[in-house]
Amino acid sequence: MFAQIAWYPEQASTTAVGVDRLFIFLFVVCGALGLLVAFLLFYFSIRYRRRPGQVGPPPETHSSLALEWFWSLTPLAIFMVIFAWGATIYFHAFRAPDHATTIYVLGKQWMWKIQHPEGQREINELHVPTGRPFKLILTSEDVIHSFFVPDFRIHMDALPNRYTSVWFQAVRPGTHHLFCSQYCGTNHAGMIGRVIVMEPAEYQEWLNLRAEGSLALEGRKVFLKYRCISCHSADEDARAPVLEELFGKLVHLRDGGTVVADENYLRQSILDPGAKIVAGYQNLMPTFKGQVSEEEIIQIIAFVKSLRRGDTPRRVEESPPPLTTPPINSEK
Amino acid sequence: MSTAILEPRFIPPPPEQPRETYLTSAYGLVSWLLTKDHKRIAILYLISVTLMFFVGGVAITIVRLNLMTPEGRLVEADTYNKLFTIHGVIMVFFFLVPVIPAVLGNFCLPLMIGAKDLAFPRINLLSWYLYMLGAAWAVYAMLAGGVDTGWTFYTPYSSQSSHYNVVPTMIGVVIAGFSSLFTGLNFIVTIHRMRAPGLTWWRLPIFVWTLYATSLIFLLAVPVLAMALILVILERIFRIGIFDPALGGDPLLFQHLFWFYSHPAVYIMILPGMGVVSEVISCFARKQLYGYTFVALSSFGIACLGFLVWAHHMFVAGISIYSAMVFSLLSYLVAVPSAIKVFNWTATLYKGSISFEAPMLYALGFVCLFTIGGMTGLFLAALGMDMHVHDTYFVIAHFHFIMVGGMVMAYMGGLHYWWPKMTGRMYSEWWSWLSALIIFVGFFLTFLPQFVVGYNGMPRRYHRYVPEFQVWNVLSTAGASILAVGYVLPLFYLLRSLRYGAKAGPNPWNATGLEWQMASPPPRDNFPETPLVVRGPYEYHLEKAQNEP
Repeated sequence: MFAQIAWYPEQASTTAVGVDRLFIFLFVVCGALGLLVAFLLFYFSIRYRRRPGQVGPPPETHSSLALEWFWSLTPLAIFMVIFAWGATIYFHAFRAPDHATTIYVLGKQWMWKIQHPEGQREINELHVPTGRPFKLILTSEDVIHSFFVPDFRIHMDALPNRYTSVWFQAVRPGTHHLFCSQYCGTNHAGMIGRVIVMEPAEYQEWLNLRAEGSLALEGRKVFLKYRCISCHSADEDARAPVLEELFGKLVHLRDGGTVVADENYLRQSILDPGAKIVAGYQNLMPTFKGQVSEEEIIQIIAFVKSLRRGDTPRRVEESPPPLTTPPINSEK
Repeated sequence: MSTAILEPRFIPPPPEQPRETYLTSAYGLVSWLLTKDHKRIAILYLISVTLMFFVGGVAITIVRLNLMTPEGRLVEADTYNKLFTIHGVIMVFFFLVPVIPAVLGNFCLPLMIGAKDLAFPRINLLSWYLYMLGAAWAVYAMLAGGVDTGWTFYTPYSSQSSHYNVVPTMIGVVIAGFSSLFTGLNFIVTIHRMRAPGLTWWRLPIFVWTLYATSLIFLLAVPVLAMALILVILERIFRIGIFDPALGGDPLLFQHLFWFYSHPAVYIMILPGMGVVSEVISCFARKQLYGYTFVALSSFGIACLGFLVWAHHMFVAGISIYSAMVFSLLSYLVAVPSAIKVFNWTATLYKGSISFEAPMLYALGFVCLFTIGGMTGLFLAALGMDMHVHDTYFVIAHFHFIMVGGMVMAYMGGLHYWWPKMTGRMYSEWWSWLSALIIFVGFFLTFLPQFVVGYNGMPRRYHRYVPEFQVWNVLSTAGASILAVGYVLPLFYLLRSLRYGAKAGPNPWNATGLEWQMASPPPRDNFPETPLVVRGPYEYHLEKAQNEP
């Protein structure tokens, strides 16, 4: 039992350093205030204890308005500092750098399925290299789960039917716990895994050992399988919007609104196409709800992200490209 | 002694023959079960909530025993999940929310304002029956078959996957919610309309202020909980897509609705406790409460601001980061009134004349533990902190410091303070001291290690865990066993006092306050004549003037 004791989590990510600094500050400030209150309680209790033979009430003391305002406004000021500091850390923790590599995480009772853009799939394990930012796109196939890596200090719920995201950058090699931290049923406590951080060279080796078709390549096959190509052909008279270089752009909708073409928008367009119609187009797209699986949606999204001008497959194409085609350099 | 001037002829003479009290005004089970006397209803509640406390306590005892080893094989995973659900549901809905308002509030409120009873005595009795019905329903559902969703009932798990008795448990909670609603209504009308002449708002004891603020929260928040749970029930039965994404619903909507009640609910739990502490500290320091106006108004501050912070439970649930920032800011605002109270209680001790009877020990313990718990709330309100410790044992430790270290200690303090008034007997001082100390020590040992293991990443609701967390779990379980002893002891010495305790006079603590102006136990109709109030609530400094010939 005493062989391994968790005293303090490792600082294994860039985020962890910032979070721990705030923790130390809070610990010191709250510790000081708490000790002050405890000390005063203790001291007053002893100093002003009732002595034997003491008759009658103690002298009246009058409340001081100035003191009241002082100990109302001073904590408020300290709290505002803590708020601003915490908000800053949070803001950075949830806005990934532009060059972050996207990894897709699917939670389901009771396991984590992880998909790298180059096509590697993992169950309950996530291999990443040091020194590069990674953005995790999370979703769930059933109930709410939560992706929690204590050593990285990152935490994000994985919801069904929607994507959430969090990012991190690992700073040194090592193995870290991955926990599900949103109660999800019988084996919630078993929905754990490992994040394995490697040196970049080691990571590259690991990638090569497990090379399969990249997510984008798989997505291309799905795009053809479901005949998306019949409307999204990028021809001039196409019935559907062009998907090339769409990801991340502002889309103008028929009702006058706009939306950014992110993962959630693409997912909604596949499952509930009538919800947001692009300006200049008709409400013609059928829904693929119930036909396309979560994994296929992720693959299509990866494919759409990868589309450069002229990359849309041609309508006459019936079969996927040969397996020796190098992975499409897809991720921004 | 007294600050309310009563005509001398109404001070009851020392009793030489048995005198009729509310306990002897009628005999028989039916006279209790159909009583309209707020004091008897308070006793009925006392028995029920104590029973519920121990049921919830047994459940968590098994949980903590299971957590002694990392593999957690004492009970099956499903059983474990049902046990922590039982603990949460019972402790929140059937103990913490009703206990001080329904036991101490019911008993003391009319006495403290010089009234004969509450505004609606029959509704008061109805509240108790609704509570019993809800409790029986929910407990039966949880024991026969069980529920494993956690007391937070998150969808879509609760509306879809969980195969157990979710619907009956929720129905039980909704029914008990109505019990609270009616109590809140009763208190508000009573405080507005039934105060004795001369008892202006600024002469009310702080306990009354906090009961009022709590009742406001009852009225506004409980309906939202009822709605949220009923919608889940409808979804489970009729498969309407409200919260379940598979049916087109939004799981986050449930979280918003649920926490809109459940965050103010925690203020429902703590505000009356703060009121009790204000009474006890003034009495045993023999001093006017410092900063009365600020303390009174801070109760309203907490009640109002408490409605604006619910999504701080959802910082990593998928809400927008800007929304999260707003809720974090508001959460810091609600911390300010609590800080004001803590400083005022501490200042009340300054230049006081302090004695350390059991109620005072509990009150001092409250201030200490509530401060620690409240400050860890500052940690959690910080977005950059919560994103790490959300749903870990850090959160569990935080709310147990406030709920158990705060609320339950305040309740014990209030129970020990008003016990002589309720029963006419004094309990063993030595045993009450010992229990208070055991609770204090056991409490620290139980919950301090949970902060450590939480920051290290141990998630909540895990029946097994990685080995490096074991030492903290063992310490916590050891503390829990000490805490259990501390909670069981009062059962014995308090019950024993009923038969063997020294008879208490009208005012054994020499306290101010109208509730101490009649015999203990009080007669059925409280005051022979309506009192006239000419002074403030804590004017202990006038004691000498009163005693002077």
